[in-house]
Amino acid sequence: MRVLATYNIKGGVGKTATAVNIAYLAARDGFRVLLWDLDPQSAATFLFRVQPKVKGGGKALVAGKRPVDDAIKATDFPNLDLLPADFTYRNLDLHLDSERKPATRLRALLAPLRREYDLVVLDCPPSISLLSENVLHAADLLLVPLIPTTLSVRTLEQLTEFIAGFDGKRPRILAFFSMVDGRKRLHREIAEELRASRNDVAATAIPSLSAIERMSVGRQPVAALAPRSQAARYYCELWLEARDRARLGVSQARGQTGSAPG
Amino acid sequence: MPSHLREFVLSGDALAAGDSLPRLDDPRLDFAIGGSSRTVRRTWFDTFDWRLFRAGLTLELVAERGGGEFVLTGRDGDTAAAAPAGGQGEARIRFPCLVEALPLGQLREHLAPVTGVRALLPIVKATSSLREYRALNADEKTVAVVTVERMTVTQPRHRDAGARLTVRPLRGYDAQAAKLADSLSDAPGVEPAATTAFESALKAVDRKPGDYTGKIDVRLTAEMPAAFAVAAILDALFDTVEVNLPGTIRDIDTEFLHDLRVAVRRTRSVLKLAGSVLPDATVSRYAPEFKWLGDLTTPTRDGDVYLLSYPAMAAQLVAATPDELAPFHDYLAQQRAAAFGQLARGLRGKRFAELVGNWRLDLDKISAAPRPRPPAGAFAARRITTAHQKVLRRGAMIGPDSPSEALHDLRKRCKELRYLLEVFASLHDPSQQWHAIREMKALQDCLGEYQDTQVQHAGLHEFAARMMGERRAPAATLLAMGEIAAKLAERANAARREFAGRFAEFASPRGQARIAALTKAGT
Repeated sequence: MRVLATYNIKGGVGKTATAVNIAYLAARDGFRVLLWDLDPQSAATFLFRVQPKVKGGGKALVAGKRPVDDAIKATDFPNLDLLPADFTYRNLDLHLDSERKPATRLRALLAPLRREYDLVVLDCPPSISLLSENVLHAADLLLVPLIPTTLSVRTLEQLTEFIAGFDGKRPRILAFFSMVDGRKRLHREIAEELRASRNDVAATAIPSLSAIERMSVGRQPVAALAPRSQAARYYCELWLEARDRARLGVSQARGQTGSAPG
Repeated sequence: MPSHLREFVLSGDALAAGDSLPRLDDPRLDFAIGGSSRTVRRTWFDTFDWRLFRAGLTLELVAERGGGEFVLTGRDGDTAAAAPAGGQGEARIRFPCLVEALPLGQLREHLAPVTGVRALLPIVKATSSLREYRALNADEKTVAVVTVERMTVTQPRHRDAGARLTVRPLRGYDAQAAKLADSLSDAPGVEPAATTAFESALKAVDRKPGDYTGKIDVRLTAEMPAAFAVAAILDALFDTVEVNLPGTIRDIDTEFLHDLRVAVRRTRSVLKLAGSVLPDATVSRYAPEFKWLGDLTTPTRDGDVYLLSYPAMAAQLVAATPDELAPFHDYLAQQRAAAFGQLARGLRGKRFAELVGNWRLDLDKISAAPRPRPPAGAFAARRITTAHQKVLRRGAMIGPDSPSEALHDLRKRCKELRYLLEVFASLHDPSQQWHAIREMKALQDCLGEYQDTQVQHAGLHEFAARMMGERRAPAATLLAMGEIAAKLAERANAARREFAGRFAEFASPRGQARIAALTKAGT
C-alpha cells in the first residue's frame, strides 16, 4: 500500500480537485483506493455525495476507539472508497497531541488497511500543524500544487527543507503547477525556472479550467464527469507521473473494474 | 449468500414485469439504471461425490464478454478464494479435471485438500441476463445495487430457473440498504430466497446437491420378504455400477472405477451370502458374470493404486532420488494405460451390455413375486451372525506363525461381514451401526495394510523382473525400487505386529456385544 497526499500550506490551490481526480483515476486503473478527506470543510466528501459525518468524530478515530474501517464509505465508483470528513476534524491537532507518538499517529491508523488498499490518498487541509506533520510522516509521495508565483516557490523550498530534517522515512515530492494561466508571462517563466532548477517538478501543469470548477455542480471527479475534456486529460497525465514517482506498478492493481456502479 | 446480501425470488406480478423492478412505495428512495443489461454464463462445479458441497463450499465460474472468474464461496456465501479463468495467452482449463490443472494460487490451495483425488466436474450451467439498478438516497448517492437476474439452465438440459433479485449494499450503507430490502420484500411477487442460485439451478433440472453417495440407499423393513429386500439391495448396487460407468469409461478420475468395483464386490458378496432367498438359476447365472466384471476391473485398479501411492513412495526415498525412480512411474503409467484399454473395451462390449439388460429384468421379476419367507429382519440377523462367527473363529486361529494367507482370508471374511452390515443398514439402529462399523474398520484397516503392502511388495518384484526383461530398468531405478520394497516390507511387518491387539479388541465381549446388538434390534 502506498500513501499519497496532496499538500500545500495555502488554500485554494487545487489540492482537493487533485486528490479527487487522482484517486478516481487510480481506481479506474484497477488500484484499490481509499481517499481520506482530512479537511473539515469536507469538499472531497461533498463531491462524492457522501454525508460529512464520522461516528464518534475525529477524536474516536484518532484515539482508536472506532476502527477506521467502520467509517469508510463506498463511492459510486468501483475500487474507490472514501473516509469522509467530519466537522470535528478542525480539532484533530488537539486529539493527535494527546496520543503517544503524536507525529506518526496517522501512519499507525492507516497500517491495518494495508491488505485492503493499494493506495491511500490523503486530502489535507491548508495549514502547518501537527496534522500536516502527520501527513508528511505517513505519505510516500507528496503531490504539491503550486500556483506559479514567487511566494509559492518559496513555500516549496521550505517544505523540502522541513522534510530533509526527518529521521528515517521521508516522503518523495512531486510538485506541479496548478491554476496556470498560460497567457501570463510570469506564470510561464516561473514554471520554466523551477523545472530547470529542481528534478521534483512534474512536467504536467493543471491550467485554470472551468470544467474543474464545474465538478462541484456535477458532484463527480472531472475525469468521470467529462472524461474527454482537457481537464481530464491533464489529470490523467499528472496521475501517470505520480504513479511512477510513487513506484506503483501496474501489476500491483488488484481491484476488479466494472463490478460496481459507475 | 453473504450475510450482507439480501436475495429474493420473483414470481407472479413481479416476474411478469420483465427485468424491471417491483414497484416501491418509498418516496425516500429512487432508482437509476446502472448500465445496459448484460449476459453472464454461470457454471457450478463439484466432484462427482459432492465433496465441495459437503465441505460447505461452492465453486462457480462466472464468465462474460471480456473474461471470467472462478469464485469459491464458503457456507456464509463470502468469497473464500477467486482466480481469473484463463486470461489472454493462458491455456483454457478443460473440465473435468483434477485440481492440479488449475493455476497455482489461493483457489487451488483451498480446493486441493477437499477434492483430493476426485476431478472437478461442471454440475450445472446456466445463462443469466442481468439488469442492474442503483438505489439512490436524497443526495443521489448510491446506497445499494439492485440486480434483477433471469436465469436459464443450459446444461444438463434447458430449463427456466426463474428470476431473482439481489440487494447488495455499498460499504457503509448497510442500514439504508436493509430498509430498501424490507420495502422490496413487501412488494407483491417478491419472496425472500430460500435457496442459492446454484440450488435453484439444480432444482430446475430436478437435482439435489449431495444426490450421489457410494453408500447403499435402500429402506428395508424387518417384516418385508428377504427376497424382496435382497433384490432391492442388488438393484441399488447396480444403480451405483451404472452411475459410475460413464466416468469410468471416460477415465475422469480413479474413483469412478473404485466405486464401481466396490458395488460389484458387494453384489458378489450379497449373491454369495444372501443368495439363498433368490432363485437358484439367478445366482448361478449371475455370480460368474459379476466375477468376470470384477476381474475385468482389477488390473486397472491395481495400476491406479500404484500410481496414487507413487508420490508418497517417491517422497520416502532416502538413498535413491525421485529421478532415479521415474522410469518405474513411466512403466506403471504405460501398464495402466494398456489395462484401461482392455477395461474400456470390456465395458463397451456385448457381454457387459447383456449383463446390464438382463440383470435388471431378472431383479424386477424377483421383486414382483418374491418368496414370502423368510422375513428380511430375521434373515439378515442370521446371515450377519453366521458371518460374525466365522470372523471370530478364523481370527482366533491365527497366531504369530500363521501363514499370511490366513490373514488374507480373514480380511475377505471381514469384508463379507462389513458388506452385510452395510447392505442391511436400514434395519439397524444408526448409532449401534456406527459403533459396530467403527470397530470393524479398525480391524479391517490393519488387515488391509498388511495385505496391500504385501501385494505391492510382491508386485514390485514382478515389475522389476518384467522391466529388466524388457531392458527398461536402469540399475539406479532397480535400487530405488528395492528401497521402496524394503519400506513396504517394514509396513507389512508393523501391521502384522498390530494385528493381535486389533483382533483382541474386535473379539472382546464389548466388541461382540456391538454386533449382537445389531442382530437383535433387526429382528
